[in-house]
Amino acid sequence: MSTKGLVYKVSGPLVIAEQMRTANMFDVVKVGPKGLIGEIIEMHGDRASVQVYEETAGIGRGDEVVSTGAPLSVELGPGLVKNIYDGIQRPLENLRAIAGSNLTRGIWVDALDRQKVWHFTATVSAGTDVCPGDIIGTVQETDVILHKVMVPPAFKKGKITKISSGDYTVEQTVGILTADDGAEQELKLMQKWPVRVARPYREKLPPAEPMITGQRNIDSLFPISRGGTACVPGPFGAGKTVVQHQLAKWSDVDLVVYIGCGERGNEMTDVLREFPEIKDPKTGKNLMERTVLIANTSDMPVAAREASIYTGITIAEYYRDMGYAVAVIADSTSRWAEALREMSGRLEEMPGEEGYPAYLTSRLAQFYERAGKVICIGSDNREGALSAIGAVSPPGGDISEPVSQATLRIVKVFWGLDSALAYRRHFPAINWLNSYSLYRDRLAHWFSENVARDWMDQTQRCLKTLQQEAELNEIVQLVGMDALSQSDRMTLEISRSLREDFLQQDALGDNDSYTPLDKQHALLRLIFSFEDKGREAIAKGADIDAISELPVREAIGRAKAVPYDVYREEYAKISDELDRELEAIIPGKA
Amino acid sequence: MIREYKTIEEVAGPLMLVKRVEGVKYDELGEIVMPDGSVRRCRVLEVNGNDVLVQLFESSAGINLSESKVRFTGHGVELAVSPDMLGRVLSGMGSVIDGGARIIPEKTMDINGTPINPAARYYPSEFIQTGVSTIDGLNTLVRGQKLPIFSGSGLPHANLAAQIARQAKVLGSDSNFAVVFAAVGITFEEADFFINDFKKTGAIGRTVLFINLASDPAIERITTPRMALTAAEYLAFDLGMHVLVIITDITNYAEALREVSAARREVPGRRGYPGYMYTDVASLYERAGRKMGSDGSITMIPILSMPEDDKTHPIPDLTGYITEGQIILSREMYRKGYMPPVDVLPSLSRLKDKGIGVGKTREDHSGVMNQLFSSYARGKEAKELMVVLGESALTPIERLYAKFADAFEAEYINQGFYENRTIEQTLDLGWKLLSILPRSEMKRIKPQFVEKYWPGER
Repeated sequence: MSTKGLVYKVSGPLVIAEQMRTANMFDVVKVGPKGLIGEIIEMHGDRASVQVYEETAGIGRGDEVVSTGAPLSVELGPGLVKNIYDGIQRPLENLRAIAGSNLTRGIWVDALDRQKVWHFTATVSAGTDVCPGDIIGTVQETDVILHKVMVPPAFKKGKITKISSGDYTVEQTVGILTADDGAEQELKLMQKWPVRVARPYREKLPPAEPMITGQRNIDSLFPISRGGTACVPGPFGAGKTVVQHQLAKWSDVDLVVYIGCGERGNEMTDVLREFPEIKDPKTGKNLMERTVLIANTSDMPVAAREASIYTGITIAEYYRDMGYAVAVIADSTSRWAEALREMSGRLEEMPGEEGYPAYLTSRLAQFYERAGKVICIGSDNREGALSAIGAVSPPGGDISEPVSQATLRIVKVFWGLDSALAYRRHFPAINWLNSYSLYRDRLAHWFSENVARDWMDQTQRCLKTLQQEAELNEIVQLVGMDALSQSDRMTLEISRSLREDFLQQDALGDNDSYTPLDKQHALLRLIFSFEDKGREAIAKGADIDAISELPVREAIGRAKAVPYDVYREEYAKISDELDRELEAIIPGKA
Repeated sequence: MIREYKTIEEVAGPLMLVKRVEGVKYDELGEIVMPDGSVRRCRVLEVNGNDVLVQLFESSAGINLSESKVRFTGHGVELAVSPDMLGRVLSGMGSVIDGGARIIPEKTMDINGTPINPAARYYPSEFIQTGVSTIDGLNTLVRGQKLPIFSGSGLPHANLAAQIARQAKVLGSDSNFAVVFAAVGITFEEADFFINDFKKTGAIGRTVLFINLASDPAIERITTPRMALTAAEYLAFDLGMHVLVIITDITNYAEALREVSAARREVPGRRGYPGYMYTDVASLYERAGRKMGSDGSITMIPILSMPEDDKTHPIPDLTGYITEGQIILSREMYRKGYMPPVDVLPSLSRLKDKGIGVGKTREDHSGVMNQLFSSYARGKEAKELMVVLGESALTPIERLYAKFADAFEAEYINQGFYENRTIEQTLDLGWKLLSILPRSEMKRIKPQFVEKYWPGER
């Protein structure tokens, strides 16, 4: 049954319709002669407040509002990967084919191609008992993603009475699941799920292994776990987007959902054009084969921006349910919060801090809480993980504002970007003094088992040295370099080396953009061996000025860009050279 | 049939409430017929039952509740466009004000435009040589980019913008180039400077000017940039031209926005600016770019003056989050007499990496750029230390860096508004300055390029 109402009020993306008493909260409605997509967000007796996901120019009183009777949902099935969608899951490539290079209103295109035929391979046979979440077959979705077709969570458990491999479109029935009460339920490649509801899982697990990003600053100092949450706040120009892109490129997950929420159009285009040309270090295939893009750029309708985050995370949860490790990267949650604020203002709600609605914190918490490492529903106890990383764009770079503060209360990793570092072109501009990762200790075991025993000691030493540098710098500012002891000068030298030769990482450098963990470890060890040997040399009477001017320093500086396959030999050579040069400056030995 | 209503109920500031209307649509253009027969324009901001709230584009003086009539046109605010617009001067509402003949329109376009589908954009990657070292060498501009100039009151941003408009060219192509200039609430003198500069260089023939002066109605400023961008879209995407859009001053635009918001009693965001200001200015800035199915491009250089030189003020702050970088002018450089007074370290072009290098500028560009940035940053730090502790407190290498920073400012930044440097000259100058430092400090440049271009230590 569909409710039909009439427009009473229009104010930007908010439309109020009359005669809507029989409609449900959060139903999707079509507004006006063009059928603009909207969603009911409030009911007052006869009147429904609708947030419209498209530009409302041209809507007037008396235009028809028709409820579809269903909440805002996404289509889940093969065909999601490699696609680019807007905030309410309309495929942008198809929209372009239909409407040209500008977005036209009132066009509805199915998220999943109805014509495309997929080869379905059944993995269970007729007669098998299954419950919701069980995998009944697979479809090779892209070169790297094996799409697992699952019994939808809403189905009743029972017995498969019919199933066959073969070629199907997403709407065709691949099998029948007969419930215990005799009801026949059709199994298809596609299922739907309302975006504002988290998909179910059996059990949440504590984080135990890192999500490896190949970013030295992150993996070594502030690691994130699989299923963890992180935020990247920073003023404009500090490199938030580059950090996010790097994570999308190099994280060792099976699938990445990248949500461009209220950001620049060209950045999404960049991802769209660049990812097909980058090889995934793990699979050797191009990165687009494991990426889903959600693009709701800043000039696209503001209400759809609010929905885009949910659309993205629901798709991610669907792949998590297959037992994959998934990362959701949202750029930027501040724009999402601003969309909330705009709608809240139009609804004339009482504002909280800085005009944001009072429910900002709980909405943010709900979003991040959908991340985690879980045991999926289904009888095989498979594990899936969903990591969520959100950029925050605090006004003026001041994180005392509501969105940053609300985010920090929830997430476990904080990569604080610093404009002072960015001005010096120190990238990634993650400030080592105020960033943190609450996963560091939990992941210690994994790192010492899988990379090196002294991983934690060494990375801790790195953090400590950098902290000492900050303290020493204060003294230098007051009394000058001359006042420092030789040993303190060595500390400054080594922390400069840590900053320039280890933490700085060139996102565009061929061998530098991604650093495997063992190379990260070896590079840190090389830098610290310089410190240890340098201190020995000082003890034997060498001068710190001479040490800081050793030609081998340049080789250490270039060590990060040494190709992975030869780095061991190269580092050994640098180490030998270091020994020779230090030997030469110890007085009485030359 | 167009109906006229005599039911104006309230006029307050830029807003007007009209009662008992029928069939009026959101965002529709309305016309107010004054008692003397003259017509003023307005736009529907809210439809609420039978009442509509409209926003005036012009002054409300003379509106009479019982005499004035309102009619609604059935469409949004539109601009009549034609290739003949080139060389003409239009008002902030799009009417001809240069005394010349009326422009015969080819077609009319809604000034709000429609968002470009991100899947239909081309990533901007064609290097534009502006002839300004601090831009070409360090903050490279590419076709389809939006790169604002953050200025302060009393700084010569107009000279820099005029210099870019005068010198900008794409290497190895003789292109179909046009300039759209939007003056938003600036003084007559400033507008006159631009017009004269365009005339002097002959650029006026390929320029469309939209002029809203400080004395014109503030509320008209909301449409002026949209008019200009609509003209630019027509020239770029219909006629395939490469259009450079200069909008000055965005701060005045934001203030007009605040005025309307305050009149509507909306909950203000920071400093009284409306919470939707980000979305609103994004709908301007995001109209720059390149898209499939058209050879043209829109490159945008908005100019904004930062109140109190404060980069964290909402206007520069929100702009910086949307635009692809920023060129920041520095009062310190200006006082030293270094022109154009670009503050190099916080300036940034986000799209530079795809626009430079082999086949675009020169192979060593990226390395030289990074080396110049980090060396200048280190030199400035050394100089700060020197101020506190005296020169003797510096190590020999830091003294060299300090020397480098001085030379960099005096030669690289300070080129004047009338020197047009090629990219080769800019890069070679960079090498010459870097050679103040020892060769072993060239950590940001690939060894083979140091080998090839190193001019020898000085």
